[in-house]
Amino acid sequence: MDSVTPFIVLSAILFTIGSVGVLTRRNAIVVFMCVELMLNACNLALVAFAKQHGNLDGQVAAFFVMVVAAAEVVVGLAIIMTIFRTRRSASVDDASLLKY
Amino acid sequence: MIAFWILAPIMVLAALSILFVRKAVHAALLLAVVMLSLAVLYLALEAPFLFAVQIIVYTGAILMLFLFVLMLVGVDASDSVVETIRGQRLFAVLGGLILGVTLVLGVGQITLGTVVGLGEVNEPGNIEALANILFSRYVFAFEVTSALLITAAMGAMVLAHRERLTPKPTQADLAAQRVRDYAQSGLHLGPLPPPGVFARHNAVDTPALLPDGTAAEASVSRVLAARGTVRSAPRDVEALQRSIDYAPDAIGDKPEDRTEGDAN
Repeated sequence: MDSVTPFIVLSAILFTIGSVGVLTRRNAIVVFMCVELMLNACNLALVAFAKQHGNLDGQVAAFFVMVVAAAEVVVGLAIIMTIFRTRRSASVDDASLLKY
Repeated sequence: MIAFWILAPIMVLAALSILFVRKAVHAALLLAVVMLSLAVLYLALEAPFLFAVQIIVYTGAILMLFLFVLMLVGVDASDSVVETIRGQRLFAVLGGLILGVTLVLGVGQITLGTVVGLGEVNEPGNIEALANILFSRYVFAFEVTSALLITAAMGAMVLAHRERLTPKPTQADLAAQRVRDYAQSGLHLGPLPPPGVFARHNAVDTPALLPDGTAAEASVSRVLAARGTVRSAPRDVEALQRSIDYAPDAIGDKPEDRTEGDAN
């Protein structure tokens, strides 16, 4: 069996789990981890398609996704820390002042 | 392919547990499991460069960053289970199920044709082949990435920087403050009393005893008191006494001898 379909299915499952995590978890850091999980799932699909089509564009795309994810994590965690410093909580429910 | 069938269940299980564990640290460790397994899958998909990058960048750098922030925020900052929007969790799970079933069924039904494989492209070596495209067709994107990284670093510095509004108190200021506290409210001038330390264990969690036999509250850390792990010194002594009485052979002489010896 030399098909890449199982990899794509696994990627779809991981992406789904990550999206459910983003919707259900309340801790901002865990929400962030679930976003990382979704990015990783997409990377797996990209690398699998690179093998399917026999060119390296998919791997380069996955590489760029990793770089952007690193930059995103740095800024995102800095924002979470700033919010935690001002209101002593990392819950996404507590940062709701814009509503009023 | 064997690696895939071993790792795929582990990855799905670990990812699912991220949804259910209460503590953020456990979620981070489970995410590390997923990411490391993913690195091995990259190796199975003929991407040795991404295998290394996945371990170094994701597991090494990004997850460590997560753990550092968790330490700053407080390790036991666990999730609240209160729903702010009624039925949100149910609808989220339902929507997730629909998305997952649609994706898996859709992907499972299409046929992708024969796998071309990367053997030919990877002929000069995966890293050389990647470098060839990265520095020819994608060179502009690569340069833009450097701007992105500098912006991210600057952004993190600006966000995490805290301006000091009051001057830092010097040692002389602190000493003067202590003496002032003593003069005004009679607060003890010297350092706090040390905890009681016994030969059984290095007992920073056991309060020292005052001359009247009561525990000195200031001698144990407030953190330990808040966690409720403070031992009681008299109970420790009693437990030791009891264990000696129940097992006299372990010491080697009879209880009577011991009491005689104590009397002497």
